[in-house]
Amino acid sequence: MRTLLLKRLVQGPLTEPAPAPDEAALAELAARVDRAARRRLGRSLSIREVDAGSCNGCELEIHALNNILYDLERFGLRFVASPRHADVLLVTGPVTRNMREALSRTYAATPDPKWVVAVGDCARDGGLFAPSAACVGGVSQVVPVDLHIAGCPPTPHALLTGLLALLEICR
Amino acid sequence: MIVERPQWEDARARLRAGDAALVSLWGEPRLVHMALCEANAVSVLSLPCPDGRFPSIGRVHPPAIRLERAVRDLHRLEPEGLPDTRQWLRHDEPYRFLPAEGESLHQIPVGPVHAGIIEPGHFRFTANGETVVRLEERLGYAHKGTEALMAGAPLELAARLAGRVSGDSTVAYALAFARAVEAASGVEPPPRAVWLRALMAELERLANHCGDIGAVCNDASFVMLHAQFGWLREQVLRAAARCFGHRLMMDCIVPGGVRAELSADGPDVLRVLAALLRSRFPELVEVYDNTESLKDRTVSTGILTPALAAQFAAGGYVGRASGRAFDARRTPGYPPYGELSFDVPVVQAGDVNARVWIRMREVGQSVALIEQLMAALPAGPIRAEAGARAGEGAALVEGFRGDIFVWLRLDTDGRVARCHLRDPSWFQWPLLEAAIEGNIVADFPLCNKSFNCSYSGHDL
Repeated sequence: MRTLLLKRLVQGPLTEPAPAPDEAALAELAARVDRAARRRLGRSLSIREVDAGSCNGCELEIHALNNILYDLERFGLRFVASPRHADVLLVTGPVTRNMREALSRTYAATPDPKWVVAVGDCARDGGLFAPSAACVGGVSQVVPVDLHIAGCPPTPHALLTGLLALLEICR
Repeated sequence: MIVERPQWEDARARLRAGDAALVSLWGEPRLVHMALCEANAVSVLSLPCPDGRFPSIGRVHPPAIRLERAVRDLHRLEPEGLPDTRQWLRHDEPYRFLPAEGESLHQIPVGPVHAGIIEPGHFRFTANGETVVRLEERLGYAHKGTEALMAGAPLELAARLAGRVSGDSTVAYALAFARAVEAASGVEPPPRAVWLRALMAELERLANHCGDIGAVCNDASFVMLHAQFGWLREQVLRAAARCFGHRLMMDCIVPGGVRAELSADGPDVLRVLAALLRSRFPELVEVYDNTESLKDRTVSTGILTPALAAQFAAGGYVGRASGRAFDARRTPGYPPYGELSFDVPVVQAGDVNARVWIRMREVGQSVALIEQLMAALPAGPIRAEAGARAGEGAALVEGFRGDIFVWLRLDTDGRVARCHLRDPSWFQWPLLEAAIEGNIVADFPLCNKSFNCSYSGHDL
């Protein structure tokens, strides 16, 4: 193991440079988030991820944000284990009927001020699953949404530029 | 094959005796179907039930219980003698968890919103101090009504839905769906498409195995290996994006072939990736093998006995780590794997370490398969026109997690009349309940990650 650690030490960091924040996301956020909330949140945000019935594709790419190439924590963004510790809810999936209550309870358990980011095409309007009787059809049907990140699933790069826009708005 | 009650009950007796393995059980209005694997071949039995009732398989063969609960929920068919009639995929009624009795027991409810970035599901632990005496799963939170959406859908839409049953297995699902359509309509995909499909399937297996091995190490708080395996997984996904235009290769496989040609720099990208895995992967395996504090967590934790793995016909690394040598690429087998050489690793130990070890061995096999596929990739067209012929078809495909079964019936106008998709997790989730018994609560994340069952794939 020592050899491996030494080799990696010499090799230098694998983490890649940060992308610029997404312009469209900036515009959407500017319209929604008031100044007082921005000031209170500062430049460090805690994120609680809620899967409201996704196919797990979005989760795979959200997970990738934590790998050493994207290294989300260097921006002051980190995933937390409870909605009670969170500023941001990152919600995926078309919101199944069976997850509706859990999602609204999670939202209620998140302290104000809070933001909701809907991740993926299903979270926007139900996507392919919109016609299903088993789905509610989009996160905004259950809780207010501040930002949408599109994609099926969104790439880590798209997720990163969207989330960086969140930080930008706090400046 | 349409059967009468006596044949249905005869099949049930063979399942109970262990002479046949249950592949799936599903319903539609006034008709119930069951797929069995016997003598290395899969057959489908269809039993008409005009009065909406059929003899329960789960009454004598427990692996069928959850499938029959789902049939009750979705198709209002009554399995006669089903020992557990609580709702499963529907959540309209209050849920009654099974009792656990004894001194000093306490319950720990977990989910459906978990602490990590995980899919939704509920775990009800009953523990005595730190020791789990019973785990009961309650699933169905990710139920999206996928099969209902597929009924009446045109092929293209149905294929996209199949690719979103479980995102981590999107290639395997799209492949299983395409093969079922091809079996139903008598279409033969061109050789190049068959090989490109196998290439995607092995890339998907590599990405998931790298991610899973790292995640198990992470759950044992060995962060360095998590970082290194995560980096490898990312290299595989980036290679997939450069070769096929999508990191997870969603919607790349379609009935009749594949949607897009391998990119011009694809062969180079794959050669570099294979060389990278060949040089980097073994040194990480060595670190895993030589770190006693890590092995202390994984060895002898969460043991699944070979008897249970065989009874539930557990697929993938769950079965192969507990002595069940089944791989759909071999049995019943599908092209091009007959022309390729690869091993199917099997061990008996059945613990977390064994499930990690099987994955490590399979990474080596997948790299070798990618090299073989690239060395002899046939030229030619990549898509045949999918004909609009009515019929029934089925396919069994080996995803990274285990065998995925798809059965469907096509209408004369080329639409899907009914499609059923069975995730390997159906037979792995119940085994997780058995494997965790007697372990400490703190080892549950390790056990759970070593199984890595799909919630969405199961909940449909």
